Formats: sequence, structure tokens, C-alpha cells
Amino acid sequence: MLILTCPHCGVAAEETEFAPGGQAHLQRHGPGSSDDAFEAYMFLRDNPRGVHFERWRHAYGCGKWFIAARCTVTLEVFATYPAQCLEPPPEAVAAIRARRPDWQPAGGDAASGKEPA
Amino acid sequence: MTSHRLPEGGRLIDRSQTCGFRVDGRPMLGFAGDTLASALLASGRMLMGRSFKYHRPRGPVAAGPEEPNALFGLGIGPRFEPNRRATTTELFEGLVATSQNRWPSLERDVGAVNDWLSRFLPAGFYYKMFIYPRAFWKHVYEPVIRRAAGLGRVPQGADADRYEYLYAFCDVLVAGGGIAGLSAAQAAARAGARVIVMEQAAHWGGRAPVDGVRIDGAPADDWVAATLAELAAMPNVRLRLRSQVAGVHDHGYALACERLTDHLPAGGELPRQRLWRIRAGRIVTATGAIERPLAFAGNDRPGVMLASAMRDYVTNWAVAPGRRVVIVTNNDDAYRSALCLAGAGVGVAAVLDARPSADGALPQAVRAAGIAVKTDTAVAAVEGRRQVTGLRLCRHSGAGGAETGAIACDAVGMSGGWTPAVHLWSHCGGKLAWKADAAMFVPDPAAGPRGHDGAVFVLPAGSAAGLLHAADAFDDAAAAGARAASETGHSGSAALPAPTAAAESEDPPLPVRIMPEGAAYAQRARMWLDFQNDVKVTDVELAAREGYRSVEHTKRYTTLGMATDQGKLSNINGLSVLSDALNEPVPQVGTTTFRPPWTPVTLGALAGEARGPLFQPLRRTPMHDWHSLHGAHWEPVGQWRRPYAFPRPGETLEQAVTREIRNTRQAVGLLDASTLGKLLVRGPDAGRFLDMLYTNAMAGLKPGRCRYGLMCNENGFLMDDGVVARLDDQSFLCHTTSGGADHIHGWMEDWLQCEWWDWKVHVVNLTEQFAQIAVVGPRARQLLERLGGMDLSDAALPFMGWVEGRLADIPVRVFRISFSGELSFEIAAPAGQGAALWERLIEAGAEFGIMPYGTEALHVMRAEKGFIMIGDETDGTVTPLDLGLDWAVSRKKADFLGKRGMERVALTDPERWKLVGLETTDGAVLPHGALALAGGSNANGQRNTQGRVTSSYRSPTLGRGIALGLVRRGPERMGEVLDFDAGGGKTMPARIVDPVFYDKAGERQNV
Repeated sequence: MLILTCPHCGVAAEETEFAPGGQAHLQRHGPGSSDDAFEAYMFLRDNPRGVHFERWRHAYGCGKWFIAARCTVTLEVFATYPAQCLEPPPEAVAAIRARRPDWQPAGGDAASGKEPA
Repeated sequence: MTSHRLPEGGRLIDRSQTCGFRVDGRPMLGFAGDTLASALLASGRMLMGRSFKYHRPRGPVAAGPEEPNALFGLGIGPRFEPNRRATTTELFEGLVATSQNRWPSLERDVGAVNDWLSRFLPAGFYYKMFIYPRAFWKHVYEPVIRRAAGLGRVPQGADADRYEYLYAFCDVLVAGGGIAGLSAAQAAARAGARVIVMEQAAHWGGRAPVDGVRIDGAPADDWVAATLAELAAMPNVRLRLRSQVAGVHDHGYALACERLTDHLPAGGELPRQRLWRIRAGRIVTATGAIERPLAFAGNDRPGVMLASAMRDYVTNWAVAPGRRVVIVTNNDDAYRSALCLAGAGVGVAAVLDARPSADGALPQAVRAAGIAVKTDTAVAAVEGRRQVTGLRLCRHSGAGGAETGAIACDAVGMSGGWTPAVHLWSHCGGKLAWKADAAMFVPDPAAGPRGHDGAVFVLPAGSAAGLLHAADAFDDAAAAGARAASETGHSGSAALPAPTAAAESEDPPLPVRIMPEGAAYAQRARMWLDFQNDVKVTDVELAAREGYRSVEHTKRYTTLGMATDQGKLSNINGLSVLSDALNEPVPQVGTTTFRPPWTPVTLGALAGEARGPLFQPLRRTPMHDWHSLHGAHWEPVGQWRRPYAFPRPGETLEQAVTREIRNTRQAVGLLDASTLGKLLVRGPDAGRFLDMLYTNAMAGLKPGRCRYGLMCNENGFLMDDGVVARLDDQSFLCHTTSGGADHIHGWMEDWLQCEWWDWKVHVVNLTEQFAQIAVVGPRARQLLERLGGMDLSDAALPFMGWVEGRLADIPVRVFRISFSGELSFEIAAPAGQGAALWERLIEAGAEFGIMPYGTEALHVMRAEKGFIMIGDETDGTVTPLDLGLDWAVSRKKADFLGKRGMERVALTDPERWKLVGLETTDGAVLPHGALALAGGSNANGQRNTQGRVTSSYRSPTLGRGIALGLVRRGPERMGEVLDFDAGGGKTMPARIVDPVFYDKAGERQNV
């Protein structure tokens, strides 16, 4: 059971206080989008071995959504930051780089908000 | 039977206090402090179980939690528990134990015939044998195998005991109360850390007092007592006996199970067990090591046990495992058992050592005690059936062959070296490293489980870290404790002279895979690796020959390590045999994954108090008590309870539902609709927001008006529905389904926080702030007028409007909406006044023939009108267009959630199943969920289908069965008759009709 720190209320709490919301930084594709773009938005998810960004809601706390940058192998949490971000903020990137110097932000949809080619 | 109790000694027993107990109905006696196993051994009883597959007679192998054989059912009736290990079951007055896996008795067991057939029952036998003919599996093989399988009997009925949870937080959790654990705890506690120490046994000190370890020149027990006194006096330390740390989980979370009353007669005040849910900064695993058996032919005979278990029985419980014992070993430590036995007056016939020479301090001491030591010697065979009577010997090294002698004996102590108990380290992903010289896996400190901050949070200590010599283990543990404290921010200085432990030095062991090295097939077929599951050396070799290269596959194919002991004894020996058969070194073959729990935890402990009424919270509407008093038959709806119907004395449920429907259609009915979700959406952008959430337009709704709306997920599938009322320019009240309120609230928050965070809207869940009462039927308006206070005429409150006012002097909001097709008013009142309003309506309604109605009447009436129900007509794959709700899906809005999803090819396919009404040709009721049959069959040989029934009821209003269903191109096929599968090979014909069965013009609600 993970420990996560809610960036809104500052509480470090047990996983049972939070509700997971899947991969973060997805770009919504609505009417007018191509089938490929819509498929990517609806169904295609990264499954990295390593740094991953995921949405969490402090469901039994302040109720706010936030994003956790986490390692899927070691489970260490590099940073948490409010959901109102289109991409990982510089502090989060720095925290990740401090422990994963080789890490590069994913291209394409997941992290940059750009449509896949 | 004769007594094996020694005249003196026994550090754990109290000879002044006897305990009477029963095994298979037979009365027996032991001492306080005995385990069930020690008491049985003391009374001369070695036979304690039957193995799983071959039903071979078995005695205890161990003296602790690794025991695979001596399993009993404990207790009776609602307190019965199967598969309790006799070696860890503390004796108490009145204990009742029942032997397992035997019939008719443990001594005479019919299932033992399996042993004679064992040559025909190798690994994988079931997979190969029970395949053909196909139909036999379900009706013959599986029922027979199921009856024969399993060890203990499942307890019948509800558990009579109580269990509880405890949440605990600490800096350092120490698992294990041996000298390593206590030393680590002492170091951490002196530094100021909050420490919890847990020991699975009923006593502190672990192995050291038994092994004769001396600390600062005195017996280990003295240091243990002094250290416990020091720790017990510290406010930052909690000490718990009978508490196993069962699992280590993410980020320093640990589960531990404390046995509070298992050692006492049943019926006390305390809970039976307590599940500790611990969050620890650091976890020190001082879990010790487990001795390995040796794989020689006949090593499972009762009387063959671990050498260390023998000195446990002698030292702790003053029980002689036999009268003439042989020790078989590959290491020096087993010589301690020989000395211990001899010192207690037990005859030791010889020590057989696989090594070519044994000249260390311990072997020398054994020789000096007059005991014969035979090097390069192995066991060729064990004689005796229900108990060892002797050994036949041969050379260990070389290609096998001639026997070199025989020894008569009634017990054999075997030792294949020690395996660190790395389970807790591994639970959360800690990696292992192979130490070839000692043939063991040890924790790899560079690859430990990490906490949220990235630091390794498990610190193995002592022999669990691979330091098998007491002196090293003791020093290491103190260092681990100090490190755990310092890493959790406690740097108080110990500043006391560190004690030192001493034990005899040991020469290195000789890794022994099987004994003798060159054993023949017949011998290998009688060498047990996993005692409980009957896995032998030849089974693992067979798996390797059949292509099982992965250790995880071999484990499942052979069931090696899959018994209730989870391979605590068999793991390393099995791996060695597999690696040899595959001709790969052990580290390449790897090890199976240790998973929680360390030893079995009862389901009762895991459930804790969460059973019966406390399983989950019960939500009650403001009128709950009235319903209860008036005979409501309850139905669970999410966490709510809603009245299904209000049957009168002598009425069946069906009769009650029929009466409620007729009365509502002809007079007036009252429904408690308080469970409907009520979400207030407010803000300058509220209209814009709801236009995105609902498929239809909401922004244009006028204050004072209501609109039925649909919500889809982004896939375009219908998710929830309900009536939206516009309260004022910036406020909407969104009604959701009863079960959907929390989910839809969360859904709205998600979009507001994560997608449109610049929109000025907020959402409040008001579900429990309002009671809601539907007043339904042709006399509804008359009734409300009688209550007085509001003009509810059609002119003042037209259909799909709402007004605020007071009824019976209670502030209300009245919505003129209908889910039944009748004239209907839904009245919302503050929750605290809901019961009063309900009672006023019942009183005033008497003259109009008012009756309350329940959810079943609600369902039937809505089906009569063809109204859909989320969860009946929808299942997460149905779009609004499938349900003929095109009118509620905006074509003008540029965007709404689900719009893009609905545009996908598969969702616009004209072949999709669509909503229709269904009428059986004879008026019968279609089975709920029945499939409409089509011609031919699919690729799997299953009959093709073309639709299904989603709702089906007997309509009292129409006097016949009615159903809603989804049928391929349904609306284009009006009048067509389809065959529905009614089960049992029968079909029922039903005609496709309009889904509105009653009052198609909608005149009844518009009066």
C-alpha cells in the first residue's frame, strides 16, 4: 500500500485514502478528431518500466485530483503536483532527474500533449 | 505407549501444571508450555498425519512454523479450524484436535493405497490422465478428485470468534524476537526510535538459548531476560509475543497477526486474533533461518526429523525424540544436536557425515563424548513403516553402490544446512543473491524493497541476512537496529559497551543435493523434497525431462512448495535437484517468489470486524423507520436499503406488488425516492458545463423547468440518466440514479478539476440533504391540495415544471415529473422533515386510498411505459441511440462527452441491437436475460443470437407478461415473432412490439 502526498492539502496518506485515475497528461480528443487520435486517447496507454505519471484523487481527504510521478519498478514516488498541469512541472522533472539522470520525457501524446504523428 | 518425557529440564514447560486434551477423541495429558506436538511426542506418539497425495504416515519434521506434516483440525463446531500445525499450537486444558486426511483412522487409512500406486501417480499425473473422454472431466473426474483432494475439512457455519484490527505506526518494526531481533530493537530503542518488536512464538530468545549461545560469558537466556526488562520499561517500545509479521508490503506497510486467545480455552472476552496494520519507517527482519532436510531414500518416515528440531524438543520441552538416535548431516551445526541429546541422556548411535572429514570443534566434542562419527557416509535406506527402526548405510561420494552397514535406531535427525528466512525481504520485491559456499540465497542489500522516498526500507539482520554464526548475527543485528533508527531520524547514542555473543566455530558445510550422490532411480523415487505435497526427487527430474525449465512452472507442475508450508523446507533442495537436472547453476534457475503471508493467516483475522452489519455502512433514508414499522420487504440498492414492496399480512410479495401498482394507477401511491442522487451544479459556467456532460442541451433550460437528460462516458455508452431542474440563472439541480450519485459527483469533479479547470462551476452533492417523495396517481393533486399551502394546478405547475412553497407547513420543492406515466409530483423536503411530510401524506391520503409502494412496483410501471432503467437496459455497451433516445442526443452541440465515441463505425452500425417491446404470444412472462435465437451457430459451435430480454415483468395493468429487449434492427422488425431461449432446451415465442405498452399518447400524466 503506497504512501502518497497530496500536493493540495499537504497530507501524506495511505493509498486507501486515494482513488486512482489512470495515466496522466492525456490529451482529450473530441468531435472532429481522427480515428487514430481518438483511439490513442481512449485506449492506448503507456506501460513503462520506470518513470510513470498517474492521476490520483484525494478521495477521502480534500477531494482534489493530482498527479504522481512514480517508478513502476521500485515504487518510489518522485513528486506529486496538482492536476492542473499540461505537463510535468520543472520541479517534478528535476526531482525525477535527480534520481533517474537518464530519464527523458516521453514523446507523443502522453507527456507533451501533442498529437501522435 | 511409553513416555518420552525426560526426567529433567524443559525450559518452556511447567511440570506443576498438567493439561488434559483430546486427539481423535482419545484423552491425553501434557504440561503447560507444551505444544501439541511436544505433548504427543512426550506420550510416545510419533504418527501425526498423512501426506496429501500418497497418504503416507508422517511424524513431525520440525518444531516450529515450517512444519509440513503434523497438521490437525483444532476445536469443534463454530470454532473448528483445519490445518493447524501441532508444532506451533500451544497446549491448553480441554484442547480438542482431530487428525486429517485419513479414513477411517490415522493408524488405518484406506487412502494409503495411493502409496502403493505411487509409481503410477507421478508429477503431472492429473494433467495427463484426466483429459479423455472430454465429458468425463465435469461429471466423473472432477467430482471424484475434489472429494479426494484437500487436507483439512472446511469449517461449517459462521465463525463463533471475534477478530479485530489495530492500526499502528512506528519508526522501526522488528520481525523476530530472537537475540538478533532483540539486539536490533535495543539499538533502535536506545537511539530514541519508536519500536515494535514481534515474535511469532510464545517466548522470546529464538534459537540461541537452545543452541547454547553465550552472551558476555553467560547463557543467552540471561541476556534475553535483561534486555526484555530494559525494553519493556521504555515508553517508545512495544513488545508482542504470539505475533507473526505475516507480510511486508509497499512503502513500509506490514500486516501482522497476533494470536490473543488461541492458547486459552474458548469463550473468553478477548478477540481471538488481532490483525495489526503497521506503517513502519524501517522493517528489521530478524526472522532467523530454517534448517534444510536431506534428500535420502525414506527421509519422510515418522521418526526422521530435523536435527535442530530434536534439540528444540529436548531443551524446550524435555521430550526425547527417540531412545536411540542417529544424526545425518553435511555440516557442523548438527553435532550440537548430538551433544544436546547425549547430554540429556538420550542414546545417540552415530553421526553420519556426508563430508570426507569432520574435525572441527563440534565433531571433536562429539567424538570425545563417545559417539561414533562416520564420514563420507550416507543413508541408503530407512527401515520401518510407521516409525523408523533402522538405517542402511552407504558411501556418500562416488557412483553409489554397495551398502556399508546398518544401524538400528528409532529416530533420525537430519541436517542439510541452514536457509535464511528471507521471506519478508522478498515479499515486496527484495532480490536475492546466491552464496555458493553455503548453498543458500541471502538478501542482496543493493536490491531491496524501496519506500516512497526511494530508500530501502527492509533491513535483514542476523541469520536472516545470511550470518549463520551466532556471534556474527548478534553484531550484525545491533548494527541494523542502529541504522534503522538513524535512517528514521533518531541518532541518540547507545554509548554502552556492546555485548558479544560466542558459540563454537564451525567448518564449512558440504552442499548435498541428494544423498548418496550417485543414488539409483529406486532411491531417488523415495526421496521426499516436499513432504506435505508428496513431491520427490524423481518428480522434479521428470518435470525437467518434460521441458519445464522455469522454476515457477516446475513448481506448479509438480506442486513443489505449493502446500500450506509454502516450501519452507523444500525450496532449496528442490532448486538444487532442478538445477542439476537442467544442468544449470542454481542462480540461473532462480527461485520461486515468496509471497505473503509468512504462515497462514485466518480469514477471520483478515476480515476483522467487517462482517454482518459492519461489513459496509448502511444508508437509510429519512423515512427508513416508517418503512420498517410498516412491513417493508427490503431490497439493497448500493449501500441503501429501499422497500421492495409493503406486503400486508397474508399477502405474497407478488400480490403486494400487484396491489401497489393497481392502487397507484387507480388512486394514489407514495414512493420514497430519497435515494435519488441530487447534485447542485452552480456557477457562471454551469450551463456550459452541463452541455458537455449531458447528451442533450441543458444551457437553454429555463429556471422553473425540468429536463430529462442522459450522460455518456467518452466511449459513447450510456452511463446515467435523470431529471435536471434549473433552479436559477447559475444553478442546476441534477438528479442521478440511486446508485450513481457518488460516481457522477466524482465524474463531474474529474472534468472540472482536470480538463476545464478554468470554468467557474462548483458541484455539491446534496443527496442526503433532501428527502424526496413521489406522490403518484390520478388522485395525487387532490391529496396535495388537501395538505394545503400551494397551487399545484396544471396551469400553476405544468408537466416538467417545478415550484417552491410550503406543504403542510413544511418547506418543499415540487417537481412535476413522472416515471410511471401517471400524474406525479416529486416533493423534496429538508431531510429532517421528510418523515413528518411522509406521515402527513399518509394521514391526509387515507380518504383517497393512499398506499406506499416499493421499487418493484416502480420498475413494473416504468416498464409498462417503456422507460429505460440504467443497469437493466444498459450494461456499459449500450448507446442512447440503441435505446431509441435519439431525441435526447443533441445534433446541434459541437461537443459533449461521448459525442466522438458515438460516431465510431461500430456504434453507428444499423445491425446493432436496439430497444423494442416484447410480448409473448400466450401472455407468459419471458425469463429475464433470455436470448433471442437466430439461425446457425458461431465459430465456437454456439447457437447464434439476435437479441436479449433486458426487463421482463408480469403487468397487472395489462394482465400479461411484458418485456423490453434489445434486438438486431429491432425497430424495423415490428410484428415479427422471435424464439427466446427459455432454458432447458425450451423456447418461448415473443412478438416485437412498441416499447410503450400503456398510454402511448401520454395522456395520464398530463392532467
